[in-house]
Amino acid sequence: MSKLPAADTLAASIDYTPPRKPWMEVPAEFRPGVYSYPANPKNLKILDFPNPRQWAPEDDDWKLPENWQEIIYEGFKERLHKYRSLKVFMDVCVRCGACADKCHYFIGSGDPKNMPVLRAELLRSVYRRDFTMAGKILKSLSGSRELTEDVIKEWFMYFYQCSECRRCSLFCPYGIDTAEITMMGRELLNLLGLNINWVMEPVANCFRVGNHLGIPPHTFKDIVDFMCEDIEDITGVKIDPPINKKGAEILFVTPSGDYFADPGTYTFMGYLMLFHELGLDYTMSAYASEGGNFGLFTSAEAMKRLNAKIYAEAKRLGVKWILGGECGHMWRVINQYMDTMNGPADFLDVPRNPLTGTVFSNARSTKMVHITEFTADLIKNKVLNLDPSRNDNLNVTYHDSCNPSRAMGLLEEPRYVIKNVCNNFYEMPEQTIREQTFCCGSGSGLNNEEFMEMRMRGGMPRANAVKHVQEQYGVNMLSCICAIDRAALPPLMEYWVPGVDVTGVHELVANALVMRGEKERETDLRGEPLPGKEG
Amino acid sequence: MNVLYSLLLVLALVVIPLIGAGALGWHTLFGVFIPLFAVVVFLVGFVYRILDWGRSAVPFRIPTTGGQQETMPWIKQSKLDNPSTTAGTVGRMALEILLFRSLFRNTQTQLSQGPKLSYGSSKWLWLGAIAFHYSFFIIVARHMRFFTEPIPMPFEWLDKLDGILQIGVPTLYLTEIVILAALAYLFLRRVVVPQLRYISLPADYFPLFLILAIVISGILMRYFIRTDVMDIKTLTMGLATLNFSVPEGIGVIFYIHMFLVSALLVYFPMSKLMHLGGVFLSPTRNLANNNRMQRHINPWNHPVKVHTYQEWEDEYREQMKEAGLPVEKE
Ligand code: SF4
Ligand code: SF4
Repeated sequence: MSKLPAADTLAASIDYTPPRKPWMEVPAEFRPGVYSYPANPKNLKILDFPNPRQWAPEDDDWKLPENWQEIIYEGFKERLHKYRSLKVFMDVCVRCGACADKCHYFIGSGDPKNMPVLRAELLRSVYRRDFTMAGKILKSLSGSRELTEDVIKEWFMYFYQCSECRRCSLFCPYGIDTAEITMMGRELLNLLGLNINWVMEPVANCFRVGNHLGIPPHTFKDIVDFMCEDIEDITGVKIDPPINKKGAEILFVTPSGDYFADPGTYTFMGYLMLFHELGLDYTMSAYASEGGNFGLFTSAEAMKRLNAKIYAEAKRLGVKWILGGECGHMWRVINQYMDTMNGPADFLDVPRNPLTGTVFSNARSTKMVHITEFTADLIKNKVLNLDPSRNDNLNVTYHDSCNPSRAMGLLEEPRYVIKNVCNNFYEMPEQTIREQTFCCGSGSGLNNEEFMEMRMRGGMPRANAVKHVQEQYGVNMLSCICAIDRAALPPLMEYWVPGVDVTGVHELVANALVMRGEKERETDLRGEPLPGKEG
Repeated sequence: MNVLYSLLLVLALVVIPLIGAGALGWHTLFGVFIPLFAVVVFLVGFVYRILDWGRSAVPFRIPTTGGQQETMPWIKQSKLDNPSTTAGTVGRMALEILLFRSLFRNTQTQLSQGPKLSYGSSKWLWLGAIAFHYSFFIIVARHMRFFTEPIPMPFEWLDKLDGILQIGVPTLYLTEIVILAALAYLFLRRVVVPQLRYISLPADYFPLFLILAIVISGILMRYFIRTDVMDIKTLTMGLATLNFSVPEGIGVIFYIHMFLVSALLVYFPMSKLMHLGGVFLSPTRNLANNNRMQRHINPWNHPVKVHTYQEWEDEYREQMKEAGLPVEKE
């Protein structure tokens, strides 16, 4: 792993002046810290992906298949036909530059190829040459270029330096979504066997075992049991969450990050406590034990293959509807793709909250409800007994995770929940929240160790906004509804804004939740003394 | 370099009619055939491009949501930025197309010591773009007076409105000032802002110069190098009714103007100017965010290889039984 420079050195190195040379003449420079390691061939084999082999981006020879140009050409052609988005976005950009300074990777690196417009031009220049009249006639005058190995290397560099957060799309006058372009770019790279391990390993694990980390069913059960012991220690309430239980009313699916590492685990404990307190008739599944879908960062096909498990399991277990946990891109997949790819879910009922009777008609086709919608409804109907003062040691702010905000519009529900379980809530500046939110810098499969420098660069705008509320209001807790955030934000905070911790929303809920038969709580879920219990 | 190429190209486009219609006197070629050809290329090209986009599938519903989703009734939905109905989507598109709403949101990022990032509102691009597009639109509509007889009232009104200041004879049009200023701004922005200069292609400068040349030739014709309007109208009406006549005595400046317009028409369908059509087709804007409410069909949705529950259980059955997890097959 590369050495990460100190925060102020890194900040001082940001220079927005573009190089003197035209961008087509500046090759991608692979140095430690700015790229992710290639996929381990064994993961590609599990998924029947092409060209599994050992290689490294810093090598000269990337061991591409012999007819790689033809593969790209055919793949491109196919995708232009399959996706109007791609075709229109290739054609209509006017290079107005409105998107340029909207990308966190550009803001944090100053590298002009991280301006969304230029990131897209990397693909467009090849498109123009192969698929447009002007490109064929006018050659370089039209901004087109030969497809060389250097171009492929550049694609690899910059399509894996985009977290597919869509912030650029919000500001573009035509809604050009560079995330969509990156997704297509990654699909093309995948055809040549150019992928990163931090994406392909989760995909392979998820496909074969059921979740990103490859946690087998019995270990999954052990983890849950272990958490229940902790919950009993803290609250005195004994709970026994069901797994693979047939005939339950609700299937609960959450990202595996929630039961693998802190602070996600506390959020997971929060779900379990909430469901127990409600006496909810639910089950988890060890087969569909992953909500997150790294297929989204790979190809539409991979995404579909992983997502298929959720409906399949709902059907096998005979549940009525599905509840989903706090996860960013999982919700992008559910909201924008699931019903289309793997529906219709006509064997399920329109979701109805059994405690309040609320019918979630906005989920009447997918039959899948977001947990903050569910909990907001519970709070609104006063079903929960809450003591927000238990979170009084926290000054909380909220990070809108990119996908639920810009690919779904889930903005108010989490805020409503937080405000009801915490007394001290402070918003970050307007241009950095809600639909204008900034990425954690590590989305779309980029939250690996070797990419740390770019993660800190890309996360800078988010961290900076947190720093603002830390200075202004003494914020010490950053809440979010995404498992990648819960993994990515803690190192980001430590780097730029020491003193701010990271939490999921349902950890806050669980701390405030007064459970029937609980003993007097001394600590929160993290084992820290509750306010007033420090002595 | 890109600037220079584009400028030279436009100058060449001025010289061609100067020689062709001026020195050589090929009035019918430049007054009738070339414009007609250009119109045909424009129409065919435009329609072809739209159909070509239309031929590609929209497999998924991928609106970029710019506000609160439709959820429970007590949470206020952002009906225009995150529409869940057709009416909302039409509203969103109208705001986008008529008022450039996304550009209106534009901010500018600033990095200062600390490090400290700040985001200032930045509406200049929006203003420049809207000024340019509206004046261009009004100018085109105003020109319909040359292609209609009798002239429909709306065109007359536009003409009056545009000349409302009543300065000079013939009256100065507001749009002429505005479009010149807007074009100058859009051009300067490209050369002055380093990032924009870096991303700008000949294809960005060329249409700016071309339109500028059209505007300038129009202004020259109207105020400085007078040429007979009645003669021009005879010619343009001939074009509109396909009943051609080319009166003598139309100044060469008119042919230059006409040739540049023809060049723009021909260039249009194969260039970024097609954003005029594309803006209507952008799947992140023209679809409602009702994905969880209604099923959307992907025309090429094909089966994929999945790892079934049975295959999975086969692998883990023993451990599952040991852990007390239910299994399908004992
Ligand atoms: S904002 Fe849109 S049109 Fe403008 S440069 Fe970016 S992608 Fe192109
Ligand atoms: S999707 Fe996000 S990361 Fe990618 S170019 Fe746009 S703003 Fe940058």
